[in-house]
Amino acid sequence: MTIDLLIPLLAATVQAGTPVLYATLGEMVTERSGTLNLGVEGMMLVGAFAAFLASTATGSPWVGFVAGGLGGLGLAAVHGLVTIVFTGNQVVSGLALTILGSGLAAYLGTPYVGANTPGFGHLPLPLLADIPVLGPVFFRHDALVYVSYVLPVLIWLLFARTRLGLALDAAGENPAAAKAAGLSVPGLRWLGVLAGGFLVGLGGAYLSLSYTHLWTNGLAAGRGWIAVALVIFAFWRPGRAVLGAYLFGGVMAFQLRLQASGTVLPSSLLLMLPYVLTILVLLLSSIRGRVKNAPAALGANVEPEG
Amino acid sequence: MRLSIVKRQEPLPGGSFFILAGALVFSLSISALLLALQGKSALGGLYVLWHGAFGAGYALVDTILKSVPIYLCGLGVAVAFRMQIWNIGAEGQFAMGAVGATWAALTFPEAPAALVLPLMFACAALAGGAFAFIPAWLKTRLKVNEIISTLMLNYIAILFLDYLVYGPWKEKRSFGFPMTAQFSDAAVIGGIGGSRLHWGLVVCVLAGILVFVMLRFTRLGFELKASGSAARASRYARMPYDALVWTVMAICGALAGTAGLIETSATVNRLQPSVMAGYGYTAIVVAWLARLNPLTIALAAFFLAGLRVGVENLQLELQVPAAFGNIMEGLILLSVLAGQFFQTYRIALRRRAG
Repeated sequence: MTIDLLIPLLAATVQAGTPVLYATLGEMVTERSGTLNLGVEGMMLVGAFAAFLASTATGSPWVGFVAGGLGGLGLAAVHGLVTIVFTGNQVVSGLALTILGSGLAAYLGTPYVGANTPGFGHLPLPLLADIPVLGPVFFRHDALVYVSYVLPVLIWLLFARTRLGLALDAAGENPAAAKAAGLSVPGLRWLGVLAGGFLVGLGGAYLSLSYTHLWTNGLAAGRGWIAVALVIFAFWRPGRAVLGAYLFGGVMAFQLRLQASGTVLPSSLLLMLPYVLTILVLLLSSIRGRVKNAPAALGANVEPEG
Repeated sequence: MRLSIVKRQEPLPGGSFFILAGALVFSLSISALLLALQGKSALGGLYVLWHGAFGAGYALVDTILKSVPIYLCGLGVAVAFRMQIWNIGAEGQFAMGAVGATWAALTFPEAPAALVLPLMFACAALAGGAFAFIPAWLKTRLKVNEIISTLMLNYIAILFLDYLVYGPWKEKRSFGFPMTAQFSDAAVIGGIGGSRLHWGLVVCVLAGILVFVMLRFTRLGFELKASGSAARASRYARMPYDALVWTVMAICGALAGTAGLIETSATVNRLQPSVMAGYGYTAIVVAWLARLNPLTIALAAFFLAGLRVGVENLQLELQVPAAFGNIMEGLILLSVLAGQFFQTYRIALRRRAG
């Protein structure tokens, strides 16, 4: 009996966690290469809108998905320009990026509010979908959820097994040493910023193409900021990012079910849950005393050379 | 010949002015382009924007009134930023200040102004300040990043305000609208000499002087600056870093809370969700544009308030979405950040050796 209630809740957890997972992984790549980009919320919104627009225009959700990534990348490029080329303050630039991104999405999106878009439908994986419990929880979603299963593994491989990953980490940990070793720190940081922005944009695309299938303003609703927090919670490691994202997915799914069940609890108090949880999660990770795993040169710009 | 980047011996004289002018021209051009993209007249739009903000007496009064909450929040944010404490929480502290003041106004509807107004100011400052203690505590005791905690608390505070006006504080005769009862006349901050300009302006002037004096002439101001620019050195000098964090958070919370009070009491006369207009975020733009200086913050606040009022005019006359203002705010801040590069560096043409 309880399992019948639990399985839909867990499936909804995976769905709600997926956009946060994309965004967390994206910000993680950016931060490991040494750049702090607080514009995640803005990049997600621009990604969501670009995805919506491209999917509507072409009728292909996959084109929309890639467009969402490019939208995030485009905004991230502004951050790269301000911080890597012009050595502007990373914190302030990221905040400005969020203001700009949410403004752009709302401004360009206003004529489309409430409009539907061809999105991703459910695609149960053959065989896997029939496994009891695991099947309905993990393998009866849309394609973007499956992509998000592969992504953390790829990112883990990138950092653990490739020279490029090592170089990105070097740009984030010790830019001076990286430069001495003949690496181009600005180049690596650009790569981190753009690749991260692309992933964050994909998270935004998930929101408009899979989660809602229509355009509304303020679609991200703080998920971008939650992703920034989850990078800290995850100690900059892809595996823990999965854990964190699903933790959040769980709270969001639970909160929605509770509202739908007609509880006496006021919805404004229920809506606080994910934000309260974010603070709690940060608190827990800092009590365990391992917050020092941040890339050593995170947030510090590299002086341009003559 | 090739281009190279050379560090300046001294900052570019008058640089701030050129950077700001350049950033403005750049941001306005992009904004005009965006207007044209939606089939609106670009130059006409910019004119409507300017005219709505600064073009007539009525518009100027609107702009001045809107600078009040932005100035107070910007002042608070600047105090925290001076110490490199990235308090993004002015928005939430503003909400809690509005809630605190409303509690006082609703609890004592019969009280005379001489009692209820001071009580409201105290409640707003306390509520905003106490709310800012949460991230201060999290940061100093548990090393929780203040950017995230203050941001999350913004969402929480706004939802708490919503909860109150949709629930326990809702006016019974409001036809279902989420709002409290109107404040008694005694709880409303009135106009100066019958004009639309209210006494909140005087509060701004006093707060500005206080913060200026504190930053410029007191030990506290010096310690803030030192802890911001050289955290480690200041610890060696036995400056109480944690106590300073609590202090700047309290100051910012109290100022933002006061802004919430003034907006609720003087402008709306009751608490409703629309008091939350994102002044706390605009304050960050203002503080940074003004380089955290209390006097220039007044100018920047006036300018960005004008932008908001102008955008309202654009909304009315050309049906441009309100988000246009956010785009301009973001663009101006980003281009100023990028432009500051030219204050420390210059591009030189260099002949290739050999």
